[in-house]
Amino acid sequence: MDYGRGHHQSARAVPELGPAFVYTADNQAKLEEICARYPPEERKSAILAALYLAQKQQGYITQNAMAHVAAAIRCTPAEVEDVVSFYTMFYTRPVGKRVIQVCRTLSCALMGAERVTEEFSKVLGIGVGETDPAGDFTLVEVECLGACDRAPVVGVNDAWHECQSPDGVRALVEALRAKGDAAVTGCHLKVER
Amino acid sequence: MDLYLTQHVREPNGYTLDFYTKQGGYAALKKALGLTPDQVIDQVKQSGLRGRGGAGFPTGMKWQFVDKKSPKPKYICCNADESEPGTFKDHVLMERNPHLLFEGCLIGCYAIGSQTAYIYIRGEFWHVQEVLEAELAKARAAGFIGKNIFGTGFDCEIHIHRGAGAYEAGEETALIESLEGKRAQPRLKPPFPASHGLYGCPTAVNNVETLCNVPLIIEHGADWFAKIGPEKNGGPKLYCLSGHVQRPGVYETSMDVSLRDLIYDPKFGGGIRGGHQLKCVIPGGSSVPVLLPNEIDIPASFDGVQKAGSLLGSAGIIVMDETTCMVWAAQNLLHFYKHESCGKCTPCREGGDWLHRLLSKIESGQGQMKDIDLLLSIGNNILGKTLCAFGDAAATPVLSTIKTFRAEYEAHIREGRCTVPAPWRSSAPALAAH
Repeated sequence: MDYGRGHHQSARAVPELGPAFVYTADNQAKLEEICARYPPEERKSAILAALYLAQKQQGYITQNAMAHVAAAIRCTPAEVEDVVSFYTMFYTRPVGKRVIQVCRTLSCALMGAERVTEEFSKVLGIGVGETDPAGDFTLVEVECLGACDRAPVVGVNDAWHECQSPDGVRALVEALRAKGDAAVTGCHLKVER
Repeated sequence: MDLYLTQHVREPNGYTLDFYTKQGGYAALKKALGLTPDQVIDQVKQSGLRGRGGAGFPTGMKWQFVDKKSPKPKYICCNADESEPGTFKDHVLMERNPHLLFEGCLIGCYAIGSQTAYIYIRGEFWHVQEVLEAELAKARAAGFIGKNIFGTGFDCEIHIHRGAGAYEAGEETALIESLEGKRAQPRLKPPFPASHGLYGCPTAVNNVETLCNVPLIIEHGADWFAKIGPEKNGGPKLYCLSGHVQRPGVYETSMDVSLRDLIYDPKFGGGIRGGHQLKCVIPGGSSVPVLLPNEIDIPASFDGVQKAGSLLGSAGIIVMDETTCMVWAAQNLLHFYKHESCGKCTPCREGGDWLHRLLSKIESGQGQMKDIDLLLSIGNNILGKTLCAFGDAAATPVLSTIKTFRAEYEAHIREGRCTVPAPWRSSAPALAAH
């Protein structure tokens, strides 16, 4: 019986196939170290860690990366995609060298986060969710980062930049271009330690 | 009040194992290992310690419910997914007092017969995780974690598990799902984690601040603990102040303190920022009803805030001055809830988005009077109709602000514009509404 036109094509947006992907030996070893934290039959617990390693290695998550992670964790690629599409910290498209994450939730918004986002957008010449043509910056808005006493707070990759006024955005972008990560204040609790 | 949780958090190297042991650290663990597990649970029960994550459930009871007769392994999952808007207390404890948390985890494991604790930390706390991992390794090398702790035959491991951006992972069964390598979506309860938790094993899920209080109880005694603060609201408490307050930050005190003092006392919030008046306050993280300036002369305790018609929740106190538009505030929070809804239950997934669209419509001046009733109707159709408390949390900012500031909603609709614009907000309504 003819059920249609060959293979079913899902309408959902899937990440690109991407280049062939295998972990570096170093990342494979790191993954095994993390898997040892869980019971041997519960390797799937390491899936988030496995995806972080893949993202660090390649910059973002592709179909090939998900298939490799599935093999490493011993689950199906569908289960990996299920997880990737749920959590906000996995990128399924290339991002800039620095991902600027402006916290937009209430405590930061009360202190001017909306204007901080506007300024970043103006200075970088890109909208929220976009990457500049040089691939230096991606601008995103994120929900509460848990640093509401230092509002507005801005994440720059894995680091934090605290008390960012709208007026200081241009200076921060220039400093990031000139000095790189050193331009970021970091979490005060870490700095004062 | 003397400080117990945050006494040394401002001191250089106060977070190190060396410093911690010099202050008598890990003595409570040693003392606990000299008691039977049941005696430890009894002490925690007698202390009246209530969970600091939001629900205020008695910790001793939670531990007692863990099915000890089960042949399966038992687990403690420490909830370090701190994501409730306005909450940043566990962050301080983990970054500056990590060994207190480890000691609490170890005592908890001993009490419920577990040999493994997982600390589930939100992905955005990467710099905090680095401290935890480094100090964990030191504690392990010193013999406080691992095999045969203090020569008592008690084996216990602590592992850090990094999340990846999901507010919902702070719900205890969603946290367990996430730890198992799945989407952070809540489970149908019962069965509760106490019998079917992580990997189907008996599990206790406890907040960071809750576990940090446990060594204090063992060290100073249950009575000492219960006498700090009002009856049934004992022990030191961390409060997070943010928003339009002079001195935002984390403050430790007893639950005798009034909400007004937390906001106005120079020791704490120091009042509203220059030249402005208090409009309202959200006392327990974004998921609880707002309180007005005439409603804050209450003890900032679990029971005190509840009596006033709100909840202490995670003690994330968000202060708003008169420049804040309440439709905008509700819209901002509903953006959070629609973004963070895990999508499992239809009322929350669809309702949250619908509420946000209606609020955006009103805020941008396109609203109609019937939209207010529609907001109430949607909110009431989410309330109590979802697997976890997220649905209630999403409906609350809308229901609460309409109840308290209905005139402001009506003014927006009547005048076809935001009637409380503020210079600190976006100049482009499109940006705020997206």
